[in-house]
Amino acid sequence: MSDFLKTFFAGKPHSGSVAKDRLKLVLIHDRANCSTELLELMKTDIMQVIAKYMDIDEGSADMDINISQTTDDNNNPVPVLYANVPIKNLRKQRN
Amino acid sequence: MGEVYVITSGKGGVGKTTTTANLGAGLAMMEKNVVLVDADIGLRNLDVVMGLENRIVFDMIDVIEGNCRLKQALIKDKRYPSLHLLPAAQTKDKDAVTPEQMKKLCDELREEFDYVLIDCPAGIEQGFKNAIAGADKAIVVTTPEISAVRDADRIIGLLEAAELRNPILILNRIRINMVKRGDMMALEDVTEVLAIDVLGVVPDDESIVISTNKGEPCVADKNSFAGQAFRDICRRINGEIVPLMDLDPDKGLMSKIKNIFVRK
Repeated sequence: MSDFLKTFFAGKPHSGSVAKDRLKLVLIHDRANCSTELLELMKTDIMQVIAKYMDIDEGSADMDINISQTTDDNNNPVPVLYANVPIKNLRKQRN
Repeated sequence: MGEVYVITSGKGGVGKTTTTANLGAGLAMMEKNVVLVDADIGLRNLDVVMGLENRIVFDMIDVIEGNCRLKQALIKDKRYPSLHLLPAAQTKDKDAVTPEQMKKLCDELREEFDYVLIDCPAGIEQGFKNAIAGADKAIVVTTPEISAVRDADRIIGLLEAAELRNPILILNRIRINMVKRGDMMALEDVTEVLAIDVLGVVPDDESIVISTNKGEPCVADKNSFAGQAFRDICRRINGEIVPLMDLDPDKGLMSKIKNIFVRK
């Protein structure tokens, strides 16, 4: 709140809060990149679960961590898990 | 059995070596048996910061390669009878040591000393892996700049991956006037982003430059503001509960009145 007031009266944000905001964004990207292996393991697991119910194209599936437009209680951007899984057939052929 | 601390940061130039020297001298002033280990092989500096550069005969590599006994390589600091330095080699590089050798060295040192403080080199490569190999606890030093905090975050991740859990933070070189103006990240900003416990805050202080020039850690200087911060940190390491120091030098009536209006 005080940050908001400062911004309101000063017209532009102080460099300290600019630094903090930039840092938060950089760290979301850094932390996401650090966990590439984890992401790959999770992708394999999630694909297996989806494949139980639908016929999917696992080869062209894509999963990544991005920054969403939504924010948390402190007005910070939150990272989101983004998955793009092409479906070949919505109903899996039951054997 | 002593405790092995590694002092690390990721980014260079944030004050790892100065911090190591001051914590070592500060703990020795509390009559603890302390050894400082310079793990920055090829770029040794802890010796000059401590003012012990003229007394090096053997170094860490000599000990590891068996050219001398551990006792022979340890330099006793005459100002603090319980403080010792194991210097790094200047002519070798980081690959001259393996993590296993470092671990063995730390285990030998912890038999003799209450505190083993390892000054870690900058970076996340072999030198870093060696320096953390034998440590029980990690102290992460950073300054309130984006680049330093970013690197600290990376280091915290790597420490946890190496089973060194719950590292503690020293926020170095804080300039309270800039923080009050809103032009520098405050301690709360840094801890919020890094999600880490705080060991101490050290103000940006000219006495650090002066004491480094002389090779005398400022922790012994009763008039030094940064020295006071390091003395507090040493007491916390020793298990005492010491509140974070008030960094605000102007506590006069006028500034108090002014503070009412500009308080964050």
